[in-house]
Amino acid sequence: MQKLIRIEPSKCIGCKSCEMACSFRHRGEFAPSKSRIVNEVFMEEAQFITVTCMQCNDPWCLKACPKGAISKDLTSGIVEVDELKCVGCRTCVSACPFGMIKYLDESGKADKCNLCGTDFPECVTFCPTHCLKYSEEDLPLREKVLRFARTMKDGQGEV
Amino acid sequence: MGNGWHGKLLRVNLTAKSCTTEPLNMEWAAAFVGGRGLASRYLVNEIDPAVDPLSSANKLILATGPLTGTYGAANGRYMVVTKSPLTGTIACSNSGGYFPCELKYAGYDLVIIEGKADRPLYLKIHNQQAELADASHLWGKTTGETEDLIRAEFHGDAKVASIGPAGEQMVRFACIVNDKHRAAGRSGVGAVMGSKNLKAVAVRGTGGVAAANKEAFRDTARETLKLLREHPVTAEGLPALGTAILVNIINQSGALPTRNSQCGTFEAAEEISGERLVQTFLKRNKGCMGCVIACGRVTRLADPRFSGSGEGPEYESLWSLGAACGVSDLAAIVKANYLCDEYGMDTITMGSTVACAMELYERGILTEAEAGMPLKFGDGNAVVKLVEMTGKGEGFGCQAGLGSYRLAEKYGAPELSMSVKKQEFPAYDGRAIQGMGLEYATSNRGGCHVRGYLVSPEILGVPEKLDPQVIEGKAAWAKAFQDVTAVVDSAGVCLFTTFGIGIPQVTKLINAATGSAFSEEEMMVAGDRIYNLERLFNLKAGIDPSQDTLPKRILGEPLPDGPMKGSVSRLPEMLPEYYAARGWDPKGIPTPEKTSSLGLA
Repeated sequence: MQKLIRIEPSKCIGCKSCEMACSFRHRGEFAPSKSRIVNEVFMEEAQFITVTCMQCNDPWCLKACPKGAISKDLTSGIVEVDELKCVGCRTCVSACPFGMIKYLDESGKADKCNLCGTDFPECVTFCPTHCLKYSEEDLPLREKVLRFARTMKDGQGEV
Repeated sequence: MGNGWHGKLLRVNLTAKSCTTEPLNMEWAAAFVGGRGLASRYLVNEIDPAVDPLSSANKLILATGPLTGTYGAANGRYMVVTKSPLTGTIACSNSGGYFPCELKYAGYDLVIIEGKADRPLYLKIHNQQAELADASHLWGKTTGETEDLIRAEFHGDAKVASIGPAGEQMVRFACIVNDKHRAAGRSGVGAVMGSKNLKAVAVRGTGGVAAANKEAFRDTARETLKLLREHPVTAEGLPALGTAILVNIINQSGALPTRNSQCGTFEAAEEISGERLVQTFLKRNKGCMGCVIACGRVTRLADPRFSGSGEGPEYESLWSLGAACGVSDLAAIVKANYLCDEYGMDTITMGSTVACAMELYERGILTEAEAGMPLKFGDGNAVVKLVEMTGKGEGFGCQAGLGSYRLAEKYGAPELSMSVKKQEFPAYDGRAIQGMGLEYATSNRGGCHVRGYLVSPEILGVPEKLDPQVIEGKAAWAKAFQDVTAVVDSAGVCLFTTFGIGIPQVTKLINAATGSAFSEEEMMVAGDRIYNLERLFNLKAGIDPSQDTLPKRILGEPLPDGPMKGSVSRLPEMLPEYYAARGWDPKGIPTPEKTSSLGLA
């Protein structure tokens, strides 16, 4: 099965460690504006939301690329930009409805999350609360289902 | 420069309305670490210590450290360094949130603000473009409103540090609030900003901070984060209950200054504890940028009298607006805390000033007519009302805005101000915790707990347990803690990490970031150097060593209650030992040998 970065917003503390870790790993400096993962803080609502590329099965960016520079690996599921083919036309940037692929000035190429290629995702390594997990199974979803099931269980009397 | 530094400072002259960049003095950056130390070095060089803090000749320096904006140990701090209008000493107030890192990402290590604008202005920084903009439409707005308005007109992702109405009116303990709820809180740094007609600094930075040795930096950061995630204080205590975990602990230790330090325990401590906050108004925990501890409390009020949401209250605010005033009304404390953020006032001095006013009132020195209301200990509504009046500069609030020392002095009872060098000490009784009494008396910014937090060994047993009533050895502990803190602050690291990490980790992070090869001993010497630099500034500013003392109550009135009943501060015995440990003469003046050994002669 393919692994993905699973996000459980209730565990997030809004520290942006994921953005720091991502940019340091991929851009060589701590620069959250260049991170491939985004941690947004909504103080008024007391919500911290983290978003990144979910490696779509039928990616808008891939379909939009006129140079065939974006591919999806069928084994790993990773949607990746081939920098040798990318011409920096930004068509993919327009196509992605989630804003999860962007154009970087310094490389002149499109840039997106590739789950750190063959390595373990750096953002998950540095997430202090395990709000981010890297797993085949959607563990946050499983935990929510279990929580619901336990609530249901607690509501049951003796038979 | 690719090594934790940009090597660049922004100089803003409000009189000339100019913004220029200068290379950073890297020799000073190495000798004084960064942040607090480096900014103090600039301040010493650029202003006369005798200057009137609220005159245009004073300067306001916003400073980051070489680690600000990186990961590894909650490295998201900046410091505001200036001459304090509350104490007349050098001031350094420290804050987290997101603004400090954004300033770094914009490409500046330091911002030096000088002169005075002829009308309200705010500073807009968008990477390498810095300009002054009109702020007349922002004048009078709260810090939260100011941030929203600036984001709407400048940049949606801008991070903002601003003053509220209190700073505009130069309330002596006005603070600078960033990200709405984090504050460079103490010593009135917001009043200096207000005196310059500068409403806010807004930053959008899309650059980065690099490390000289990337691999070493990452490895050290992982080690450091592991230590923080394993230490009971940083991994369990602070995440679970925030700093408010201390309410019950300090109360049980008989060290919770209650009703203007008349007692050392508060019968209703449970009502204002971190545990109670979790049961009532807490929404969730929050960290500052790059933090793994997340001691921040996002709260929302649900009370028929009050509404609002925000961050906090922290332990010190629960104490100052609560126990210090004999108040057990948690909703009122939370509301007063929000008001302090909105108007831009230091919660510690605010609450302690209300407590002082309450004692003046109960002793019949301050009348109901003068105060405009009865000011009885325990009245939460009165606390909220007086905080609001102080923020707005209305009625008796104008008197409260002077801080407790000037207020009590005006009524002929300065001994009722629980302060050192006119700054109120916080939530630990110096009679119950001897080392803290020494720390208050010798802190370079007046009454303060975060220059040498001896509560850590004396109460929490970190790094080892010391008896709070014993005075032997406390002088050396105070010096060591003060020097370590000077380094940690200056690096841009949050002080709270020092429960779990220390100079070894901070030195390794600084070395990996800057490419230096400092030893741990050299780092400690740098801390000593910073402490002495601040001390020399204070002496030149006319702050005589006779002010290294505590209120009469703490020195002479035995604690009447609790486990520490009967104790007074034994400061007179500890102080000579402290001066000796510092290498100062018996009068508290750094000796020529000391200053020259530190390169300060």
